[in-house]
Amino acid sequence: MELPRHHRMRRTLYRLEGSACPSCAGRFFPPRQVCPACRKDGLRPFAFSGRGTLYSFTRVVQAPRGFGSLAPYAVGMVRLDEGPLITAPLTDVEGADLAIGTPVEMVTRKVKDATDHGYIVYGYKFRPLVRPGPA
Amino acid sequence: MREVAIIGVGQTDVGEHWDKSIRDLAVEAILAARRDAGVDRADALYVGNMLSGELAGQENLATLVADAAGLLPIEAFKIEAACASGGAALRGACLGVASGAHDYALVVGVEKMTDYLTDGVTAALATAADADYEAGFGVSFVALNALLMRRYMHDFKVRHEDFAPFSVNSHANAALNPRAMFRQPITAEDFIRSPVIADPINVLDSSGICDGAAALLVCAASEARGSRRPPVRIAASTCATDTVGLAERRDPLVWQSVADSARLAYDRAKVGPKDIDLFELHDAFTIVSALSLEACGFADRGSALKLAAEGRIARDGDIPVCTLGGLKGRGHPVGASGIYQAVEVVQQLRGEAGAAQVKGAKVGMAQSVGGSGSVAVTHILRI
Repeated sequence: MELPRHHRMRRTLYRLEGSACPSCAGRFFPPRQVCPACRKDGLRPFAFSGRGTLYSFTRVVQAPRGFGSLAPYAVGMVRLDEGPLITAPLTDVEGADLAIGTPVEMVTRKVKDATDHGYIVYGYKFRPLVRPGPA
Repeated sequence: MREVAIIGVGQTDVGEHWDKSIRDLAVEAILAARRDAGVDRADALYVGNMLSGELAGQENLATLVADAAGLLPIEAFKIEAACASGGAALRGACLGVASGAHDYALVVGVEKMTDYLTDGVTAALATAADADYEAGFGVSFVALNALLMRRYMHDFKVRHEDFAPFSVNSHANAALNPRAMFRQPITAEDFIRSPVIADPINVLDSSGICDGAAALLVCAASEARGSRRPPVRIAASTCATDTVGLAERRDPLVWQSVADSARLAYDRAKVGPKDIDLFELHDAFTIVSALSLEACGFADRGSALKLAAEGRIARDGDIPVCTLGGLKGRGHPVGASGIYQAVEVVQQLRGEAGAAQVKGAKVGMAQSVGGSGSVAVTHILRI
């Protein structure tokens, strides 16, 4: 990923920031300028909680260039608690029995190996929700 | 708007053409279409292609092809709409001729994919997805379809093996098409046993990486009356769009762009699903066949697999699909597939489909889908 692209996506990558529409109260991820529901502009930043449930999932065996060293890896679609769906890699799921409906939460992880530009790209992934154990 | 007709078709074999470049393939198909029509005239060239820049490092492709085919100085453009590029190029030519800007237009769809390693082609195909929010996270194009397929299996309580009839049908039909890449019939057992790409999608769910080019000569229907070959009328040419990001749809299992382009096409051609004698649908993956049949009104939600299991998609069924092999059996040279579909519908309507002929076919539909249902182009052809 190019450095300027990484920089301009930083709030989305690290804070799960999307958009909220002041006119119709719609919430969207990723961020948008124009509301797809009521077609008005002037959307404002909105940070999602990072909690949700698994809508679907897959394990990628045949990886695209740049992701070969990570394969096989899990990818999911998550229904965020605030409503929208998001497509994202899953993590901490080795050996886990994944199922649609599993509660998940966002964490920050390495997304891709070091790029041609010499730095590592970090961003959001989702893992099965970690519940606090007994004291 | 003037009515538009197809008066010539041409195609290369679909396969691994290691001795032919992208321009060689395009020229071969164009020359074949011109020979078929017996007409030398062309006022414009529309090129459908998705990946020439990403893979071959070649943009300005339409001018390159126009030169190689001896067509200079006519106007020439490449039209790109991911895997729907071929259909979109035909749509462009229809608009050009229908508007009166051209009397005759050539359309060629061409793709060259087998020069490159699989991980590079996988990354190139993922450019059809959202680069920032899908492909940038390692979500391959196959993975997006796998996410859809798993959710479909969950919502409609079907198993992976229930998708087998789509691939079995495509391969059975491809066996009768001398141009097809995968001419070996397969069984449901072969389907179940094939290796996983992104689960639940396996190799036999998926169309293959290949090379090929197909071409059409279209003209104003008023010019087609004296043509050498029976003219095939373009009764509808439509395009509709949806979000590129799969997660941004209200319901990812409803392919709204596909439904919208089909509805517009039915309205334009004054037909309904029951009037369609054959449907060249975009079977890039078996899940796409299911979602397309449902979006186009051939099956209710969640019931497309039943249609396939009952044999109703076979050549002698009530809605034959992929009659010359489809993307799965003929092969899916992505930017060319939409033109292959149109060529095959023309072959069927002219009664020239050989052993794969659908008897008495008068109305055929071809549909290209780009991205995971983000852009759909539908054509209805009539003889």
